[in-house]
Amino acid sequence: MKLAAKIDCITKDYVLKSETIRALRGVSFDVPEGDYIAIMGPSGSGKSTLLNLLGCLDRPTTGSLYLGNQDVARLNDSQLARVRAARIGFVFQSYNLIPQLNVLENIEVPLQYRGRFSATERRRCRDLAEIVGLKDRLKHRPQQLSGGQQQRVAIARSLANDPYFILADEPTGNLDSQTAAAILELFHEFHRQGKTIILVTHEDEIAAGAQRIIRLRDGMVQAVEMSGT
Amino acid sequence: MFLFRTFITGIKSVLLHPLRSLLTVLGIFVGVASVIWLLAIGAGISQKAQEQIEGLGADNIIVRSMKPTKPLDGNTTSFILPYGLLREDYDALVETIPTIKSALPIREIHREVRYRDRDILARVVGCTPEYADVTQLDVERGHFVTDAELKLEQNHCVLAAGVVEALFPYEDPIGRRIYLPESEDYYEIVGVMKHRHPTAAIGGSLAAQDFSQDVYIPISTLRRRIGDTVVVRRSGSREGESIQLNQITLRIDDVDNVIQTADLVEKTLDRNHARLQDVAVIVPKELLEQAETTRIMFMVFMGVIAGISLLVGGIGIMNIMLATVTERTREIGIRRALGARRIDIILQFIIETTVLSVTGGLFGVLAGALCPPIVKELRSQLEVMATDLMATVPVVVRTMEPILFPWYFGLAFLISVGVGMLFGLYPAIRAACMDPIEALRHE
Repeated sequence: MKLAAKIDCITKDYVLKSETIRALRGVSFDVPEGDYIAIMGPSGSGKSTLLNLLGCLDRPTTGSLYLGNQDVARLNDSQLARVRAARIGFVFQSYNLIPQLNVLENIEVPLQYRGRFSATERRRCRDLAEIVGLKDRLKHRPQQLSGGQQQRVAIARSLANDPYFILADEPTGNLDSQTAAAILELFHEFHRQGKTIILVTHEDEIAAGAQRIIRLRDGMVQAVEMSGT
Repeated sequence: MFLFRTFITGIKSVLLHPLRSLLTVLGIFVGVASVIWLLAIGAGISQKAQEQIEGLGADNIIVRSMKPTKPLDGNTTSFILPYGLLREDYDALVETIPTIKSALPIREIHREVRYRDRDILARVVGCTPEYADVTQLDVERGHFVTDAELKLEQNHCVLAAGVVEALFPYEDPIGRRIYLPESEDYYEIVGVMKHRHPTAAIGGSLAAQDFSQDVYIPISTLRRRIGDTVVVRRSGSREGESIQLNQITLRIDDVDNVIQTADLVEKTLDRNHARLQDVAVIVPKELLEQAETTRIMFMVFMGVIAGISLLVGGIGIMNIMLATVTERTREIGIRRALGARRIDIILQFIIETTVLSVTGGLFGVLAGALCPPIVKELRSQLEVMATDLMATVPVVVRTMEPILFPWYFGLAFLISVGVGMLFGLYPAIRAACMDPIEALRHE
């Protein structure tokens, strides 16, 4: 099976003043293509650190992190940025759209930083907006949209660059339960189409929708559960 | 594509806070406008000064008779005051100084000139044929004073445009005779001159010359018919002065020799005039160089002002951009997470700063382009409201027209781009050095 990501014995230490905080103490797991993983754990378990590493926002202290066939653990800052632009799709809890840009432009941002920008890709962004149900809101600004709609834009944006995986950090944390359900349904839909999804959450209900649940505790993988689906 | 997008984004960010952006670029606006103003006014003054002095000729030296300020020593009983250049001086100059190509003696007398029932107070100028060439006078019809007329001391004259207008409003003046009542003499008109703009006064040693009221006659004729002595009756007493020549215009063989020759001329004249100080040597080339120095000083002074306002404007922009960077920390975090490299962020903020400063620059260029009409309007207002004040302003400044060259606008544009880039760099680097994880968490 082809792997979207391979996490190999990753550790991450933070030095705060004279104190070293060992946020991750050797985490390993594989993310096969088409997988749907929920990462769970109490606060302080290393969830956010792992998320940052998976998102190539940070480098592990030791260990390897393969995205596709590439070990990104030793890349420099601008190489990491290139990887983010090319192959990672972020979805944040607070949507994180750029307020000056309209819906379509927001979806196109990752492509813009990838360097190339073809008409086909542009059309794909339009299609994505349509798939998430914002066909008639392309020229709207984020502040003109509801929270659920903004998160839809963010999901469309995360798919614009055809990423290895969507990395979603508490994507429904700011939404009411009804909207949250609709957003989750969107994730399920993309999963059914073969997209790889990594979801970070602390809600069991949300995690239950995933294929596997990885539970972190004190910087280590406590358990990997196969979901009932 | 990326640059274009960033540029569009920059414009959008600027338009997001129009008032703030406008206030931010005020300094750039003033700076760029003053750069254009200083260039335009500097060029205007320079052109006016050049025009004036070139009217006299850069390869000329002008020697003029001056009424002595010191009283004559010794008790002269004569009421006639002799002073000024002598024909002897003329000969001495021409014979002893080899760098003098030619020398023009001039004698001027103010005389009443009549034709039938019309008359005018004219300046009768005794001159040689070269005079028209040296003073840049053009013949309208007929001919100027000729060598033959000079040699034969003929009673021929050439009229300036103003005299023709006054004496011959309807007739053709050529071939007719004008009458000089004071010397009881008739002169036949052989030529008419085109109108020439008056030259302005320079320094105080050379009065303004209005060429429109002139009557030109051969200098030999003037000497023979009128003579050197002029007597003026004034309230019962008589005053008189005896001048052989009012002016000698010397043409020098090479512009480079002008200054040296001027020294020699002064030395030569000292023999007859050191005591009375009744001659002045005017070197237009020297004046030209003085004017150039003055202009450069003015430009430097204005340049400093423009520089300061651009610096202040730049700091203002930098200040606002630093605030903007802080305010947009989260956006920076988002962009970094979505794949922007540090250099992309730097580029984005530099472009935004440049868009700001160029906006200011464009307004500045607009204000700069309005320079000529504003100067004109201001001057006419001042002439009405503060006539006395305006009278003290040098002629060059009072009459100059600001000149706009297209390259000023290019320069102004480059300056505003430069200021934007320079002062945008630090805020942009600050933005780029943010940790994306921290920036994303920023509220």
